Amino acid sequence: MNAIADQLLVLVMLINLVMLGSSRLIFCIRAVAIQGVILGILPGLIHPFSGHLAAITAGIILAKGVVIPTLIIGAVKKAHIRREVEPYLGFVPTLLLGALFTALSFVFADKLPLAPEHRDLLFVPASIATLLTGFLLLTTRSKAISQVIGYLVLENGIFIFGMLLTEALPTMVEAGALLDLLVGIFVMGIVINHISREFSSIDTSRLRALKEE
Amino acid sequence: MTDIIIHCALTLLFPPLLLGIIGKTKAAFAGRVGAPFLQPYYDLIKLVRKGSVFSETTTWVFRAGPVVTLSATLVAALLIPLGRHAAPVSFNGDLILFAYLFGLARFFTTIAALDTGSSFEGMGAAREVTFSCLAEPTLFIALITLARTSGSLSLSTILTHTTPAGWLATGASMLLLIGALFIILLAENCRIPFDDPTTHLELTMIHEVMVLDHSGPAFGMILYGAALKLFVLGALFANVAIPLATGNALVDWVIFVVTMAALAVAIGVVESVMARLRLVRIPQLLVGSTILAAFSMLLVLR
Repeated sequence: MNAIADQLLVLVMLINLVMLGSSRLIFCIRAVAIQGVILGILPGLIHPFSGHLAAITAGIILAKGVVIPTLIIGAVKKAHIRREVEPYLGFVPTLLLGALFTALSFVFADKLPLAPEHRDLLFVPASIATLLTGFLLLTTRSKAISQVIGYLVLENGIFIFGMLLTEALPTMVEAGALLDLLVGIFVMGIVINHISREFSSIDTSRLRALKEE
Repeated sequence: MTDIIIHCALTLLFPPLLLGIIGKTKAAFAGRVGAPFLQPYYDLIKLVRKGSVFSETTTWVFRAGPVVTLSATLVAALLIPLGRHAAPVSFNGDLILFAYLFGLARFFTTIAALDTGSSFEGMGAAREVTFSCLAEPTLFIALITLARTSGSLSLSTILTHTTPAGWLATGASMLLLIGALFIILLAENCRIPFDDPTTHLELTMIHEVMVLDHSGPAFGMILYGAALKLFVLGALFANVAIPLATGNALVDWVIFVVTMAALAVAIGVVESVMARLRLVRIPQLLVGSTILAAFSMLLVLR
């Protein structure tokens, strides 16, 4: 089971890089949704099955894979933006930085004093790489929605790290899921706030009226 | 001994057929009948029978270009194992010679293009060199990764080492590697989405624009060299991607030929469903392939 979990974590890290290299917002949101679904499957792979676990898996997939992405896609459609046009740093440099950070997180994870059963797994490097990708997205993108995506990625990184602790503290999984929901709502608050602040002047109906006059 | 003879015979005779298969696949996608499979051979025979025209402004470099390119590619073909059989020539560290034989071939193609003094050919040469210096790290990182997994520095061992079992054990990193190698296969052979081998508009051409001034047998050599390069890099890809070995020498040869034909069909499908990328997007895709390969190396080194 651990082997499959490792392959899925590789996929998570690849999705990080895809998001760094893409300028299409809808595409990035879908990528984050897929990442969320993978994270939802992961606890089921490394822990023995129970009804509790199934409920948590379903909750995470629903929250990270369906609800949050739908809300953000709705916000994107309302704001009429499709692309991140002017990032503070170009897409190729951020992609290279992301690859560098991924490599460094592998080095860093080797230096950490981990429990022996966690040493050979990809959880720690993957979580650090995802965290750093989230930071990169947050700092280099200028659109509010890209920043929200960065925030979600950052949170995914924290979630991966939290999965290591669940063996010792089963309630941590539950708390994690709850925290996710909280974060989801929090994120949406920020989205709506940002959108109303940034785009209130870019009202398309008013623009059309200006053009006709 | 028979293996070496089959190796040489396949290397010399098979490559143009790949172009024929790609052409036929594209024609099938477009709903046409298409040129016969053997059309590239007819083209080559026609070109060899023709006379050559050399511009007065060119020097010996222009005439040496196609010869050096073809011979470098032929030597590279001797270094690569076909199917699951060891290559005729192999020694420790031949993977570096392999990569730089292509470098040499490219150097002479570009320098012959510059020798004509045509501005279009200079532009094509600049593009070719830029893209290839982005593609080269990927090839090297991929070769290093394979060398690391097989614990050898000779191409024959590296490429015959992968087995279906080993494939499943390293799963993700092998998949990443194959993705990177396929992108490099398309980029190095100037196929869509990097370059359109059938285009005839100088401004958008990369490889084809460099060979505009060649004619007759020299142009035939260039066409044949391009097919051979596709064959050699395709064999490298096939060895890594489909590591099937039955142990029976003849069956392995048949599997290899079928794999190469399937690869040609795959390239034809990619060319039919994709449009050519904008020039500014090409470096992005090449950097992406480098990152894929580097990531796969990271997973293997760990």
